[in-house]
Amino acid sequence: MSFINYASREINCKIVYYGPGLCGKTTNLQYIYNKTAQDAKGKMISLATETERTLFFDFLPLALGEIRGFKTRFHLYTVPGQVFYDASRKLILKGVDGVVFVADSQEERLDANIESMENLKDNLEEQGFQLEKLPFIIQYNKRDLPNCTPIEELRKLLNPNGVPDLEACAATGEGTFETLKAVAKQVLIDLKKGS
Amino acid sequence: MLGPQSSLVMYDEEYKRIMTLIEKLLRESNSNVIFLVDKNGQLIAATGETEHLDTTSLASLTAGNIAATGGLAKLIGEKEFSILFHEGEKDNIHISIIGGRVILVVIFDQRSSLGLVRLRVKKASIELGVILEDLVRKTEIHDEAPGVDSPFAEITDDDIDNLFN
Ligand SMILES: Nc1nc2c(ncn2[C@@H]2O[C@H](COP(=O)(O)OP(=O)(O)OP(=O)(O)O)[C@@H](O)[C@H]2O)c(=O)[nH]1
Ligand SMILES: [Mg+2]
Repeated sequence: MSFINYASREINCKIVYYGPGLCGKTTNLQYIYNKTAQDAKGKMISLATETERTLFFDFLPLALGEIRGFKTRFHLYTVPGQVFYDASRKLILKGVDGVVFVADSQEERLDANIESMENLKDNLEEQGFQLEKLPFIIQYNKRDLPNCTPIEELRKLLNPNGVPDLEACAATGEGTFETLKAVAKQVLIDLKKGS
Repeated sequence: MLGPQSSLVMYDEEYKRIMTLIEKLLRESNSNVIFLVDKNGQLIAATGETEHLDTTSLASLTAGNIAATGGLAKLIGEKEFSILFHEGEKDNIHISIIGGRVILVVIFDQRSSLGLVRLRVKKASIELGVILEDLVRKTEIHDEAPGVDSPFAEITDDDIDNLFN
């Protein structure tokens, strides 16, 4: 959950990128890291295997600027998408303020997306969260590839509740900042409502 | 105790009390750096030789470390491991959980010892626990009247959009 510090006039929020293995979660963070000014970011930490699969998490701290005299900081995390890292995924979700689900648009990953979405719901519920009540954005990634499932179908399967969603190509950065902005906005609106 | 889902709030008064306490702990334990981290990885306070340290990364990795060992503990039927100790060639890290929610990290070298750090941490933990409880009480009062003095009640869409420009 968010951390409001009246002493240092800071507000910290935690955003988690979720989704099946190789869908592009780490790539999202890397792009944001590369395109963010030095003074607005901290070090990006990636706890990964030798083949660059996320093992525990990626972490990227961002300082976006001030709202009403409070520095707003967002801590971005990715989970490891591979099915057998479920225990780690649960840990990363602790204290989450907003979730981005990164879907892999490739046809052959359709089942993996659905399974990961179910897994997200289960893991949140286990901690007493309801996905419907959290700031939540869906990103349909890898739209540049030729074998993509049509957006309408992805929407029907992954986004029955009609949360904000958008297309992306994290490899070139298309849609990555839009995604971050969309989730950050929801998190701040949530704060405004009073937590 | 703070519930896992209530957001953490820090006020000036408690922050000053915490700083006074960890500065005292730093002196009395002869340690190099002390910091306090929320279990979710947010840095709460730090003191000592922090200039060359990436405290944000340290906070996040500490929380990850506690989360992972907490997961291990559950698997073998323990509630949690409330103290962790990592020994290096020069520097050592002593990590302990306070009030179930906050992590106290002490970094020290050969000028101190594990025994001394342990002893001082134990004493300081009790005092820290009291401050944290006061903080929870304050936060609860605050929660009963949401928005009253919250700086965020007045946020506009423009404020949010401006963050990204
Ligand atoms: N063509 C294409 N490739 C992408 C895109 N986004 C990511 N990739 C590639 O997909 C592969 C996996 O990306 P990662 O970001 O490591 O995937 P991940 O979701 O972090 O995977 P795990 O850590 O295993 O959960 C890499 O080779 C990326 O370059 C995209 O938009 N288009
Ligand atoms: Mg990854």
